[in-house]
Amino acid sequence: MSAFPQPLTSIAAPLLTDNVDTDTIIPSREMKSTARTGLAAGLFAPWRYRDADTRAENPDFVLNQPAYRRAAILVAGRNFGCGSSREHAVWALAEHGIRAIIAESFAPIFRANCIRNFLLPITLDRAAIATLAGKEVTIDLARLTLTSGGVEHRFALEPEAQEMLLHGLDAIDLTLQHAPAITAWLAQDRSLRPWVYELAPRPLPATTEPAR
Amino acid sequence: MARTLFDKIWDAHRVASLPGGADLIAIDRVFLHERTGAAALRHMAELGRRPIDPARVFAVMDHIVDTRAGRGDGTLMPGGEGFITETRPACRAAGITLFDVNDPRQGIVHVISPEQGIVLPGLTLVAPDSHTCTQGAFGALAWGIGSSEAEHAMVTGTLRLARPRAMRVRFAGTLPAGVTAKDMVLALIAAHGAAGGAGHVVEFAGDAVRALDMEGRMTLCNMATEFSAMTGLIAPDDKAFAYLAGRPYAPDDFAAPYWQGLKSDRGARFDAEITIDAARLAPMVSWGTSPEHSIPVTARVPQGPARAHDYIGLAPGTPLAGTPVDAAFIGSCTNARLADLRRAAAILKGRRIAPRIKKALVVPGSMAVRRAAEAEGLDKIFTAAGFEWRLSGCSLCFYAGGESFAQGSRVISSTNRNFEGRQGPGIRTHIASPETVAASAIAGAIADPRDYLA
Repeated sequence: MSAFPQPLTSIAAPLLTDNVDTDTIIPSREMKSTARTGLAAGLFAPWRYRDADTRAENPDFVLNQPAYRRAAILVAGRNFGCGSSREHAVWALAEHGIRAIIAESFAPIFRANCIRNFLLPITLDRAAIATLAGKEVTIDLARLTLTSGGVEHRFALEPEAQEMLLHGLDAIDLTLQHAPAITAWLAQDRSLRPWVYELAPRPLPATTEPAR
Repeated sequence: MARTLFDKIWDAHRVASLPGGADLIAIDRVFLHERTGAAALRHMAELGRRPIDPARVFAVMDHIVDTRAGRGDGTLMPGGEGFITETRPACRAAGITLFDVNDPRQGIVHVISPEQGIVLPGLTLVAPDSHTCTQGAFGALAWGIGSSEAEHAMVTGTLRLARPRAMRVRFAGTLPAGVTAKDMVLALIAAHGAAGGAGHVVEFAGDAVRALDMEGRMTLCNMATEFSAMTGLIAPDDKAFAYLAGRPYAPDDFAAPYWQGLKSDRGARFDAEITIDAARLAPMVSWGTSPEHSIPVTARVPQGPARAHDYIGLAPGTPLAGTPVDAAFIGSCTNARLADLRRAAAILKGRRIAPRIKKALVVPGSMAVRRAAEAEGLDKIFTAAGFEWRLSGCSLCFYAGGESFAQGSRVISSTNRNFEGRQGPGIRTHIASPETVAASAIAGAIADPRDYLA
């Protein structure tokens, strides 16, 4: 996975359905190994294929239409990515070539997964999104703008997410720069809340039964 | 200044304020399962990283394990075995406590975490599973994350997070007979939408919430993710402390002032407030393909998205009750604890499921729930009624490619998601309480459980 391709210009594939869930983005049966790869073929399998086994395509599905087969931008409705926390949904989208999703809103776990994988989640209002469907869109992540047909829209993004996407920064590496602060915090907390850290289970099988 | 319970937990876990406005929040517990945890463990090992404190990381095999008697690592999901056989050595190498396939403590992650006393009031707990919010019932800040964030939490002991807003959802009054926590949360989502909680942590409060047992509170918090909230939580009270005291990983008592202070202060400000009159609620059943498509069992299908009507095969104006069903499922982290099974069994006792029901499963939330249910004879009631009595696991809450319902089945299900294809390609799911599942299985059609109460 690499940094956001700045600036990004692509046709915007319209998938303007509300509540598109991660089971639809990548069904559980398409998650065949513990790897983060090999998922693109399962992307949107229930909608993209007439038959998931033979991979016979459904020509009506947006990403199967000639204009959108190589689209790097998806425009979507409300609560995109709801449901299961499976990061495989983002891995599948990224492997297919989607680099930005413009939606009315995102489910929170999906949105966080996008940022960790340098896939840009942009929130815009419904009316603005409608004007982008099927159009060429240019996204400038440094300026937090997107333009289409000469019209510019501004979008919001946390400064940290912007930095991470622009530079392909690894969150764990960034956080490990705070290791001394974490160590100090843990030492202090251990005296305040010892039960958090003292985890030898007591050998009392009866207590593993559910509540009376 | 008066603070909410969420404020107190957040502030107590802030390790640092990061440039750009986010906070570095300490994570007390990480819980993994074989389906998404395996990816985190694998990637962590590939990069040569290790958990900062493996004693505070737990894992369980629950998602794709076989639920038939005599199970081993084999799973009905094609290729699924690798998730199990890779998770086991990965946990051992990282020093993580694993509740393995045939461990007597095995069960669905959000059921066994409280059973073992791993979740505690005031903790932060994360798992790469969206229904981690279930555990907020104990007054913990517990929420679902992705695999990358699980790795981050394991390796650094923290997460980088923007502070969410606080919402209070108050259920005033007393629930009528036959109406449950499941109906409360479906009514909330139906009224305010599947994105109604976006950007918020939701504290559930009010007399009807206080009156719920811990199992009902877990059901309520379980579906906070279906409300698009970061999580839900409930201030711990004597019920919560009594449930946890003395469990394997829990303290013996919760008398100390720290525990008693885990509640929102009088006058604490919430960014949003919703009040619902519990006395006016009815058993709820979903009609469409989002939990927001839920209505009282006595109501008619409203006008919704055309796609949802097409998929589910119910036109606007159709009465939901009386819709024939082909299968019934009682299970999942939403509704498979002992109290759920007791209430469903009370309806099924001395009755049989309808001949048109081709498949009826009870999958207990944990092996401990299963043993306790058997000790009360609940298994006999279910099997006499025509249900299969399984070992614990997530089972057909979702379809992983192995076991399924018959093609085109309409399923009445005690689970949390009625998405297109969630329980299998073309399967039409109606989510409801365990009572409603039991009543509908007897009727062979969506039924009002109040007609079956003794």
